Amino acid sequence: MPEGSEPLLEVHDLVVRYGAATALDGVDLAVGRAEMVALVGPNGAGKTTLLDTVSGLVAPAAGRIELRGRLAQVPEGRRLFPEMTVEDNLRLGAWRVRDRRVGPVYELFPHLVELRRRKAGSLSCGEQQMVAVGRALMGQPDLLAVDELSLGLAPQIVDTLAEHLQDLNRRSGMAILLVEQNARLALDICSRAYVIEAGRIALTGPSEQLRNSPAVQAAYLGGAYEA
Amino acid sequence: MTLFLQYLAAGIASGSTFALVATGFVVIYRVTGVINFAQGVFAVLGGFLAYSLLQAGVAHGLAESLAVLITAAIGLVVGLVALGRRGTPPLASLIVTLGLAIFSYAVVITTWGDHPISYEGLSGLLAIGGVSMQRQYVLIVGAAVVTFLALALLFGRTYLGMALTACSSDQRAARLMGIDVWRMGLLAFAVGGGLGGLAGVLLTPLQPVQFDSDVGIAVNGFAAAIFGGLVRPVTAFAGGLVLGVAEAMVAGYYRSSYETAIALAVMLALMLWQASRRAPSEE
Ligand SMILES: Nc1ncnc2c1ncn2[C@@H]1O[C@H](COP(=O)(O)OP(=O)(O)OP(=O)(O)O)[C@@H](O)[C@H]1O
Ligand SMILES: [Mg+2]
Repeated sequence: MPEGSEPLLEVHDLVVRYGAATALDGVDLAVGRAEMVALVGPNGAGKTTLLDTVSGLVAPAAGRIELRGRLAQVPEGRRLFPEMTVEDNLRLGAWRVRDRRVGPVYELFPHLVELRRRKAGSLSCGEQQMVAVGRALMGQPDLLAVDELSLGLAPQIVDTLAEHLQDLNRRSGMAILLVEQNARLALDICSRAYVIEAGRIALTGPSEQLRNSPAVQAAYLGGAYEA
Repeated sequence: MTLFLQYLAAGIASGSTFALVATGFVVIYRVTGVINFAQGVFAVLGGFLAYSLLQAGVAHGLAESLAVLITAAIGLVVGLVALGRRGTPPLASLIVTLGLAIFSYAVVITTWGDHPISYEGLSGLLAIGGVSMQRQYVLIVGAAVVTFLALALLFGRTYLGMALTACSSDQRAARLMGIDVWRMGLLAFAVGGGLGGLAGVLLTPLQPVQFDSDVGIAVNGFAAAIFGGLVRPVTAFAGGLVLGVAEAMVAGYYRSSYETAIALAVMLALMLWQASRRAPSEE
């Protein structure tokens, strides 16, 4: 994280429970301005719960969240409004802000222009993910949280979307918190990463370092990492 | 033939009021997931409020409009009580609306007594194509159509309407956009209250209402709403008309006491049909 400046997002000792079950158990995490951070971990580790808590959808049982900017989330499974058009989906993303112009999103994803009047539910998964990212961007976030970017998508589409995210990060300095099953992808495009297991942060550090850690290689990279 | 057309006209008129009640059910259910058992109460209160305002010398038109506005406000209060704190499950809210419906009996009886009331609607007949029908019928159908178009415009064309639809489409996604689902629910209850009130205001000149008329009104409205699986306003509207006409025919050619039985039978048949269609896809 860049020294000196206060991080965009700080999570301290976060505890979240669903009834009697503890989903997050003392999680610490930070994302600096213009930083790309990965959050990887097995199914049920609490990744979505962490994003939802930061997004204000889930109330924490204990801990502290400091968010010094706007956050938008691309939810797991995309969750577009299927019976609405692509354009209406995008416009709803701007609910929190004044500016509802969809132009900038179309500039980023020109392919969406021709789909603008189509019902979101009729699009392919890749197209839906574009709309989901676009919809989140309509909220003019300082931090974009993406939950499972690659879920159910063809590798080629994932690469394109990943490039778009990197591009956004470089050009407009948007910070990105990327939750990924595909740890290889996440470590490739993010400079830092957290590994979460059973509601606790098991490991954290620069992507380079985690990539070379035998534990991460065994659990998430399917053996030795080939660059 | 003319008799048939007269039954048809009466059926379309009462069907339009069912359609209004049904649309109220649908708006509330879509946005909040709550089946509002107090939906018939709004109609009863609309009738009683218009009655009192007219008694107090308020002019026709104004009295009815005020009654609708007040029922919309009552809808908001019902929403506040039923939705409770954020995150209250819909089933809990449903039970609360049932409680409120019963509570309304006490309110109506202590305020207005337990006898039925009515007032003059539009008087006179209007001849359309050889069929003379009550002007009140024409007013009812006209008001229902205008209301329906206004709702279609609200939900289909406005940003607020889009947000309301978003709540019904995917609550989680709506919340992620920053849409306050709880507040949208209150708004839906207010709209539902107004729709119920409008139905009552229009219906009371045709059929006197009393404190417990809400059950009959709600059963008809719910039966109509079920046509559209509780979520599609257009089908609910059509459902109201079909039900109204069917009941008018039964009442006209057979016996009026079978009206509600018809509504219940239709509702039951539709619920069974929908359940059988849905069953295999679930789980
Ligand atoms: N709404 C809920 N109610 C109860 N338990 C829940 C709820 N949501 C998640 N959980 C539980 O909390 C734990 C963490 O779930 P979460 O969805 O955050 O994991 P995840 O890391 O996102 O998993 P995945 O990789 O499958 O998306 C799991 O054990 C899950 O079963
Ligand atoms: Mg998840």
